[in-house]
Amino acid sequence: MEFFVAQILTGLANASSLFLVACGLSLIFGVTRIVNFAHGSLYMLGAYIGLTLMEALPGHFGFWGSILLAGIAVGLIGVVIEMLVLRPVYRAPELFQLVATFGVILVIQDLALLIWGPEDQLGPRAPGLRGVFRIMGEPIPKYDIVLLIITPFIALALWWMMTRTRLGVLVRAATQDREMVGALGVNQAWLFTGVFALGSALAGLGGALQLPKGGADLLMDFTILTPVFVVVVIGGMGSLPGAYLAAIIISVLNVFGVTYIPQSTLVLMFIVMIVVLMIRPYGLFGREEVAGEHGQVGEPEEPIKPASAKVRAIVAAGLAMLALLPLYGGNFALVLTTDILIFCLFAASLHFLLGLGGMVSFGHAAYYGGGAYVAALLVTWTETPMELAFLLAPLGAGLIAIVVGWVCLRLTGVYFAMLTLAFAQLLWSLVWQWQEVTGGDDGQVNIWPADWLNDNTVYFYFALIFSVGGILTLRHLAHSPFGYALRAARDSKRQAEATGIDTRRVQLLAFTFAGFMGGLAGALFVFSKGSVFPNELEIVRSFDALIVVFLGGVKTLAGGVVGAGFFKGVEDVLTRFEYWRLVMGLLIIFVVVVAPEGIVGSLRRAWRRFGPGHSQADTATEERRT
Amino acid sequence: MSVILETRGLTKNFGGLVAVDDVSFALQKGELLALIGPNGAGKSTCFNMLMGQLPPTSGEVYLDGDRITGLGPRQIWRLGVGRTFQITATYASMTVVENVQMALLSHNGEIFRVLPFAHRMYRDQALALLDMVGMAAQADRHCAVLAYGDLKRMELAIALAHEPKLLLMDEPTAGMAPRERVALMELTARIVAEQGVSVLFTEHDMDVVFGHAHRIMVLNRGALIAEGNAAEIRANPLVQEVYLGGGTVFGGAETTDA
Repeated sequence: MEFFVAQILTGLANASSLFLVACGLSLIFGVTRIVNFAHGSLYMLGAYIGLTLMEALPGHFGFWGSILLAGIAVGLIGVVIEMLVLRPVYRAPELFQLVATFGVILVIQDLALLIWGPEDQLGPRAPGLRGVFRIMGEPIPKYDIVLLIITPFIALALWWMMTRTRLGVLVRAATQDREMVGALGVNQAWLFTGVFALGSALAGLGGALQLPKGGADLLMDFTILTPVFVVVVIGGMGSLPGAYLAAIIISVLNVFGVTYIPQSTLVLMFIVMIVVLMIRPYGLFGREEVAGEHGQVGEPEEPIKPASAKVRAIVAAGLAMLALLPLYGGNFALVLTTDILIFCLFAASLHFLLGLGGMVSFGHAAYYGGGAYVAALLVTWTETPMELAFLLAPLGAGLIAIVVGWVCLRLTGVYFAMLTLAFAQLLWSLVWQWQEVTGGDDGQVNIWPADWLNDNTVYFYFALIFSVGGILTLRHLAHSPFGYALRAARDSKRQAEATGIDTRRVQLLAFTFAGFMGGLAGALFVFSKGSVFPNELEIVRSFDALIVVFLGGVKTLAGGVVGAGFFKGVEDVLTRFEYWRLVMGLLIIFVVVVAPEGIVGSLRRAWRRFGPGHSQADTATEERRT
Repeated sequence: MSVILETRGLTKNFGGLVAVDDVSFALQKGELLALIGPNGAGKSTCFNMLMGQLPPTSGEVYLDGDRITGLGPRQIWRLGVGRTFQITATYASMTVVENVQMALLSHNGEIFRVLPFAHRMYRDQALALLDMVGMAAQADRHCAVLAYGDLKRMELAIALAHEPKLLLMDEPTAGMAPRERVALMELTARIVAEQGVSVLFTEHDMDVVFGHAHRIMVLNRGALIAEGNAAEIRANPLVQEVYLGGGTVFGGAETTDA
């Protein structure tokens, strides 16, 4: 019993930071509809800034003042981010902003490295709170007790602000209907900035508050991101009480998990999330998404037509050049091109889902990494010949996709995205923690291709055939009746259902096929590297694909492939520099701000305006070729 | 004359509210039947039950003598019922003709084919349908750039794609300019005459209703209160009361001395 109580108290104390960060994210999402991936980075900044301030300011006042100041500082940083990065892209297609926030993550990561160095920093103990209290005989750190008492007060203060102040009224109104708030003469731009600042400040506060418990390190941005997403989704997007309750549930669960089933703490969190969402699709306190259909916001995509003879000839020539690469390129070029080809296929499979299907999946790495692991595990445990394992991998990934899709397609919009993310994370944590089978952190090694393929040149051709074949297949599908039905389901579910199209079945099939193709890319990957590690299933891998698809252009057929080719190439050049993340992040932000239609979309627009013979008829045909 | 659509005691409750109350009517083959009533009378609820979007609380719907109560929109469509929406629902990323081709692809069960090019399939048939509604010239335009009236006509072409025996039109002229309204209803009336399609439509524009409907039903507070041709409906005192006064407080104190 004593132990039990102590566990709950520890859980409640841990919930403190989680709640602060989560309710910041939730607030921002509620009002601006931006899923702020950079929220973990703001939390990390709060920790580092708090640490620096604590070193400068002594005593009780210094400690608590530093925490407060860190919150304010991060709030101000939030203002800068909002005004420089997000404001220009509010009108961009749905979820495009998350790409910008990903750029922010990269920039902050390198800036933190630059300023505070690579070593993990230990947090100072809170003055006067060094020891433990004995509660029913169990030692509980004093600081935990303080946290546990403070948090409800912060929650109450927030609740008071939301329900009793004018700002709170505006925020709540904007969460329900942004347009109406704008129509009533509220300056939306400043409301958004204000809310973003508040949300950022809460994240910073959370980061500084946990210093005595966790310190600060450069990985904490992603470490907190996953539980925060889980909390926000379980609690319901935009709900403060929901965030509080969910933060407590997750934290307490974690503490007990660590004690009783340490092998499955991560898995547990995602299982809870999936169960909650299956029972209450919009979280414990969330309301149904109003504009949450699978679909596209903003200008509709242009009609598509199969490529003209001219374009086909150009593509064929390009492919021929590629096929001749072993003649003029070195070994390094071959390996790099193989990587790019594989990544292009991965991106194309996500683009199929996201562009044609309007289904924004945040967890596409599940099928890429899933396919890679299926192949690797088959080779390791059953000594399956490589050829067979290679064929079974996409099937395995497709199987995962059909299960995940079946569950997730009950939801739409951002909840769909979050649930796909949860499944991907579930798979990742399974692989991470089920060491006996998957090797955990050590991954799977010695997964080499068959002898006849065990040569960079031969494998290059192997990858070329399957990647290009896969990409062309996906592209052809777009022009087939099935691809049209998929777009129909995205454009107007109502009309599609009223004319006999089973939209759910169409979408599930598309989801499965996209998973299958992702798995194919994963299988190509694992045999090209000879190994696979859990990071191929990670959230970062999913984001990689999302980002290139968005930056390439969601509403263009070639967007995924072009974005993937471009950014994989750039990444290869940049990663040779120490602060490549900074440059990459700035590049991403630059593309987002300058070319919100993505690379292909913007080129198309430029072509229409400046291209040769831009008469009406010509442009109409040209624009369909891209 | 035979009956194509029949409802018996159709009722829908939302909690304590009876939105549609024991509605029974029959639609004859080749008939253009209007369902009118003030806002909140239950027209849309009634329509949604006919098209399978809402399950009725009680009562039955028969199509051509077969019970279709509780079937989904897809099945009802397959049985030969076309529909148009109050607010147009179109595939904004496609051309006009492709919008119609989608319905033809679905009708012919070719939705899940992956080999052929969709834009070549049933194009001639789709063009013929567009020609029927006077949209052939715009067939290859991006449907997102069309005027609203043209979208409505395109939707009509989609609804006619599988040669339905029954057409359900929910406020077909809502949101259109007055001249367009008359033109669209004339078009509909012509199609009814030429193809022998039966039409049930709801409408707020009384010019449209009295000008084209063969028969009119009046719904108020969920119940049918009158039925007849234009002259009978015009002369009906209950209908006059609903439309000219007392409608919103029907059943209240005023009705006794009205």
